[in-house]
Amino acid sequence: MSALKDLYKQVVMEHYRKPRHFGDLPDATHAEGGHNPSCGDSLQLMLKMNGETIEGAKFTAKGCAISVASASLMTSMIRGKTVPEALELAEKFSAMMKTGEAAPELGESAALQGVHTLHTRVKCATLGWQTLKVLLERAQREQAEANV
Amino acid sequence: MTFVIFRRAAQDYDGRKMSQNLISLSSPLLAGAAGLAGCRADFPVFRHHPGLVFLDSAASTQKPQQVIDAIAEFYAGGYANIHRGAYRLSAQATDQFEAVRERAAQFFKAPAAESIIFTRNATEAVNLVAYSWGLRNLNAGDVVLVSEMEHHANLVPWHLVTGLRGARVEAVRMTPEGRLDLEDYAQKLQLPNLKLVALQHVSNALGTIHPAKQLVDMAHRHGKPILLDGAQAAPHMPLNLSELGADFYVLSAHKMLGPSGVGLLIAQPQHLRDMPPFLGGGDMIREVYTDRSTYADLPNRFEAGTPAIAEVVGFGAALAYLEGLGMENVHAYESELFQYAQGQLNLIEGVDLYGPESDGEHSERAGVLSFNVRGAHAHDVAGFLDEANICVRAGHHCAQPLMRALDVVSTARASFYVYNTREDVDALARELRDIATFFGENL
Repeated sequence: MSALKDLYKQVVMEHYRKPRHFGDLPDATHAEGGHNPSCGDSLQLMLKMNGETIEGAKFTAKGCAISVASASLMTSMIRGKTVPEALELAEKFSAMMKTGEAAPELGESAALQGVHTLHTRVKCATLGWQTLKVLLERAQREQAEANV
Repeated sequence: MTFVIFRRAAQDYDGRKMSQNLISLSSPLLAGAAGLAGCRADFPVFRHHPGLVFLDSAASTQKPQQVIDAIAEFYAGGYANIHRGAYRLSAQATDQFEAVRERAAQFFKAPAAESIIFTRNATEAVNLVAYSWGLRNLNAGDVVLVSEMEHHANLVPWHLVTGLRGARVEAVRMTPEGRLDLEDYAQKLQLPNLKLVALQHVSNALGTIHPAKQLVDMAHRHGKPILLDGAQAAPHMPLNLSELGADFYVLSAHKMLGPSGVGLLIAQPQHLRDMPPFLGGGDMIREVYTDRSTYADLPNRFEAGTPAIAEVVGFGAALAYLEGLGMENVHAYESELFQYAQGQLNLIEGVDLYGPESDGEHSERAGVLSFNVRGAHAHDVAGFLDEANICVRAGHHCAQPLMRALDVVSTARASFYVYNTREDVDALARELRDIATFFGENL
């Protein structure tokens, strides 16, 4: 079996066919769209924030198996986390894509560590995480402004 | 709009019909394993990457040894800047550079050698027309007519320039089969403020060959100038631009065995004479004072700064190489390979093909095959193919409006050129069968 098929069989197909937390989040407080212009993939991430805490996270996407699976894993992980905790996870995920080494906090997402050798697919795996980063950084700015 | 994909059952696939009008089908030229007249051996990339199945020539082609040698020889044996040096080496380099303009004029049967402008690529050639012709001729309310099948290179420059002038862009629709809708074209040619038509000659995403002569004649009957984007046409078929009569024609060297960094604008000389320079700088001037300049004659007026000299020389070698193959042969060979690929991929359960069905009689498809595996995203398909050493493009092919019209996010695209063989197609079909099964099982 090829390495890619192996990766797909293990986690990717499972999360691609049955993505967790897929669909609209009607009581979302924050939303952000992500786009990969090189392949046309797009993703919409919706969060329900309660102060610093991410209470709910859902997404919709038109994308490849790796991007959908990655977003599915991500939304599972960030629920209940605070903004700084979620941002740290995003950093750790990016680091894993660069080095291939998975921090223990990444949990099941570590299944995607093999993507780091597939340079053309790193963008797919990070699309959801990048969108999360943009959204959370914006939320932080808004909060800082509100506190002034 | 939903898109009609074509799919034929295996038993419908009519090999006899396929061979009609393909002059070379039975000729020894088409010995499968060797590529066109065995030319595959001229491409060193296939020695460096044994087993490579390169099916992304619509993005950029591989280079034959002859082109690589021409560049190396120019740098080693007589390099100097052109048009400037008062010494023999510069004069010699200038002669070599200008000889390519002459060769290109003959190759494309251009209206005049002086109306061939070297740019960096076809995109820059469109931008040249957009900014030079467009800024002068477009006014508030005017319309530039494109199509929804255009490559971004023939859309975005018009968005920018019409934005500056208060003009706008309208698009000709495509038919469900992936052709230009000629009725819609005829209607939109009557738009009262239409100033310019800018259409592709061949679709980079679907391979549809548009009826260029008809498009030009229809535009001219309405007194409208027309630009044709020939980036995907020039590499694949014989052209006679004098006969075609388009006002502007653009193409890129790197898509036809030549180096990157060279594009061509081939225009009717009277248009260029009326157009102001696009980029200013050295070599495009006549006299320069601190407060004003006057400009050189054609073609230098549009070639500011030191051009890609060695690359242009390399492009000359590419043209010589293609002349050696014969563009008629190139076209016939690719048509045959396309028909074969279309037939093979049609046999695979779970693979959908896009674009007009071509039976070879109308020869309205270039060597481009867009497809999707059911249940799989194109990017995943390309990833699996890459693992099998098969290079295809996956994505929107810089044609997002077309993808919207197709109602797909993306497609995978296999594109062929002279060095491809039936064996390449067989490898693609073999892997696709496997991928379709894999994704089918996991549905």
